[in-house]
Amino acid sequence: MPVPDSTTALRAERRGERRVLGLLLAVAVLAVVGFCVLGLKGNWEYALGVRARKIAAMVVVGYAIAFSSVLFQTVTNNRILTPSIMGFDSLFVLIQTLIVFLFGALVLTRLDGRLMFAVEVGAMVLFAGALYRWLFGRRSRDLYVLVLVGIIFGTLFASLSSFISRLIDPNEFVVLQDTYFASFNAVDTELLALSALLIVAVSGYGARLFRQLDVEALGRDYAVNLGVDHRAVVNRALIVIAVLVAVSTALVGPITFLGLLVANLARQLTGSVRHRVLVPAAALISVIALVGGQLVLEQLFGLDTTLSLVINFVGGAYFIALLIRESRR
Amino acid sequence: MTGRSTGDRSVADTRRPRAGTRCWQLLIAVPVLLALACGSLFVGVGSLTPQGLLAGHPDELLLLRESRLPRLIAILLAGAAMSVAGLIMIHVSRNRFVSPSTAGTTESASLGVLVATVLFGSASLLAKMAVAAVFALAGTFLFLALLRRITYRDMIVVPLLGIMLGGVISSVTTFFAYRADLLQTLSVWTSGDFSGVLRGRYELLWLAGAITLLGYLYANRFTVVGLGESFAINLGVDFDRVVNLGLVLVSVTTSVVVVTVGDIPFLGLIVPNLVTMALGDDLRRVLPVTALAGAFFVLLCDVLGRTIRFPYEIPVETVAGVIGSAVFIALVLKARKKVA
Repeated sequence: MPVPDSTTALRAERRGERRVLGLLLAVAVLAVVGFCVLGLKGNWEYALGVRARKIAAMVVVGYAIAFSSVLFQTVTNNRILTPSIMGFDSLFVLIQTLIVFLFGALVLTRLDGRLMFAVEVGAMVLFAGALYRWLFGRRSRDLYVLVLVGIIFGTLFASLSSFISRLIDPNEFVVLQDTYFASFNAVDTELLALSALLIVAVSGYGARLFRQLDVEALGRDYAVNLGVDHRAVVNRALIVIAVLVAVSTALVGPITFLGLLVANLARQLTGSVRHRVLVPAAALISVIALVGGQLVLEQLFGLDTTLSLVINFVGGAYFIALLIRESRR
Repeated sequence: MTGRSTGDRSVADTRRPRAGTRCWQLLIAVPVLLALACGSLFVGVGSLTPQGLLAGHPDELLLLRESRLPRLIAILLAGAAMSVAGLIMIHVSRNRFVSPSTAGTTESASLGVLVATVLFGSASLLAKMAVAAVFALAGTFLFLALLRRITYRDMIVVPLLGIMLGGVISSVTTFFAYRADLLQTLSVWTSGDFSGVLRGRYELLWLAGAITLLGYLYANRFTVVGLGESFAINLGVDFDRVVNLGLVLVSVTTSVVVVTVGDIPFLGLIVPNLVTMALGDDLRRVLPVTALAGAFFVLLCDVLGRTIRFPYEIPVETVAGVIGSAVFIALVLKARKKVA
C-alpha cells in the first residue's frame, strides 16, 4: 500500500482514482447504450422495453455482486474469497427448497411474491450469519481451510437441495424447478423494482461502514488498535452481504466467479484501498462485464444466456492463477 | 504431525499406522457386506421375494437376472474400484485430500465423454470410454503440471487447485454441451445413478474391477512412492514410472465408472481416508479393506436412496454427496485442528 508523503501526492492519487472511475463509467454507459441500440429490428418500442428490463436486471445484480464481494474480501481480509465461492448461493437455493418442502409449492404460487421474497431473504441472513460467524469466529483458522470448507459446504448445500427436492412431490417439484433457473431474460418486473429498492437501502447502510472498513482492511489487529469495533463492523457487513447475495441470487441465479473477477480488477485498476473508490469501480466493472459480455456474445457470436458460463471459465482460470501466485510468496 | 516443515511430504508420516488388516476384521466385514448385498436384492418396486425365488417363479428369476443382480454387481464394482483409485491417488500425489473428484479427473472424463459423443456419436461404448480415459489422463497430468508451479505445497492448497481446475473444465464441458444441445444428456451421464443398470449395460465395470486387482499387485510400489521421491529412489523404485502407472490406472477406472454409472461424489476421497486413518498406510494391507468399505458405502447409499421415498428413487449421487461432504468437512477441520 503506497503511503503518500505529501498532500500533492495524495491529490494526484485522488485525481488518478477519479479518472479511472470516470473512464469506467463512460465504458459502462457505452455498453448499456450499445446493448439497447445495436441490432434493433421490428417494433422499436417493444424491443427497447424488453432490453431495458434485461439491462435493469443486469445492473441491479452486477451492483449487488460487486458491492458484496468487495465487502466480503475486506471482512475476511483476503483477495481470493467471495460469497459465491463460500457457498452463499447454494445456501440460498437450499433455503428456497426447504421452504417449499415444509410448506408446499402452493406457498410459492399463492403467496404474495414479495412476502415470499422477504421470508427467503430473512432466513438466508439468519443462516448465513450463523454459519459464517462460526467459520470466521475462530482466529486460528487459516485462509485455505476456510475456502475449502466453504466450497464443500456449497456442495453439501447443493446435494441437500437436490435430496430434499427428491422428497418433494414430483408435481410440486416442477414449480420449484422454475425458481432454480431464472436468467436475465425472465425477470419479474415487480420483484426487480422491489430488489432495486432493497439493494439501494441496504447498500446505503453498507456505505456508512466504508470508513470503518477502510481501517478494517489493514487487518483485525490494526483495526482494533485504531478504535474500530471489529465485531460490530464484521457483523453488520455480513448482514449487508447476505441480503445482497440473497437478492441477486433470487433474481437471476448464481454467477459464481463474477464477484471474484470484479473485486480484484477494481483493486488492480484503481490501486486504491478506499471503499468509496473500490465499491463504485467494482460495480461499474461488473456492469461492463455483464452488459458488455452479453452484447459481445449476442452480437458477435450469436449466442444467448451462456454468459455466466464464460464468466465461470474466465473466473476459474483467474482463481487458479491467483492461487498459484499467492502460494508462491 | 503433518510434517509441514519437511519439504518431501510423505503420506506415511501423516498417520500412525496402528495395525494392518486382521483376519478377524475381514471375517466380520465380508459377511456384513454379503448380508447387505443379499438384502438389497429384494428392495425395489417389482415384486421379488426369497420365497418366490425358492419356488422358482419365472418372473422373479427374470427380474433377478436382468435387473437386480446386475445392479448389485455394478454397485459393488464401482464402489470398490473408485475407492481404490482414490487410495492410489492419495499415495501418488502424496496428499490425502487429492482424489479423482478433487484433481479434475472426473470432470475431464466427462468432457471426454462429451467429445466422444459429439465427434463419434455412433461409436461403441468402449471407444467412448477410451476417449474419456485419454481426457481424464490429460486432465490429471495438467493438474500435476499446475501443482509443480506451486512452491508452497500446503495440504489444503492442492485440493483447492484441483477443485478449481475441475470447475474450469466442467464449465468448458457445459458450454459445448449447451451449444450442441446435449445438456440434458450430459447430466444424465454424469450424475451417479444405478437405476439404469441392466444386464448388458454394466459389464465394462468388470474392467475397473480388473484394474483394481492390478493396483493390488503394484501396491507395495505405490506405498514406497507415497514415502517421497528421494526415499523411493533410494529404495530402487522408478518414481516417475510408478507415478505415471498409478495415474493411468486411476484415469481408466474413473472413466469406466463415469461412462457406465456416472460420478459418485467424494467416494474416492472419504472411504480411503477413513480406512487409512484406522489402519495405517501400508497399501497392500489397506487396499482390500478399502475396496470392501467402498462397496459397502455405495451399497448403503443406494439402498438408502431406494427406500427413503419408496416408490421413487433418490440417485446414489445425491445421498453420497450429502454424507460425503459432511464427512469431508469434518476431516478437513480435524486435520487442521491438529496442526494448530
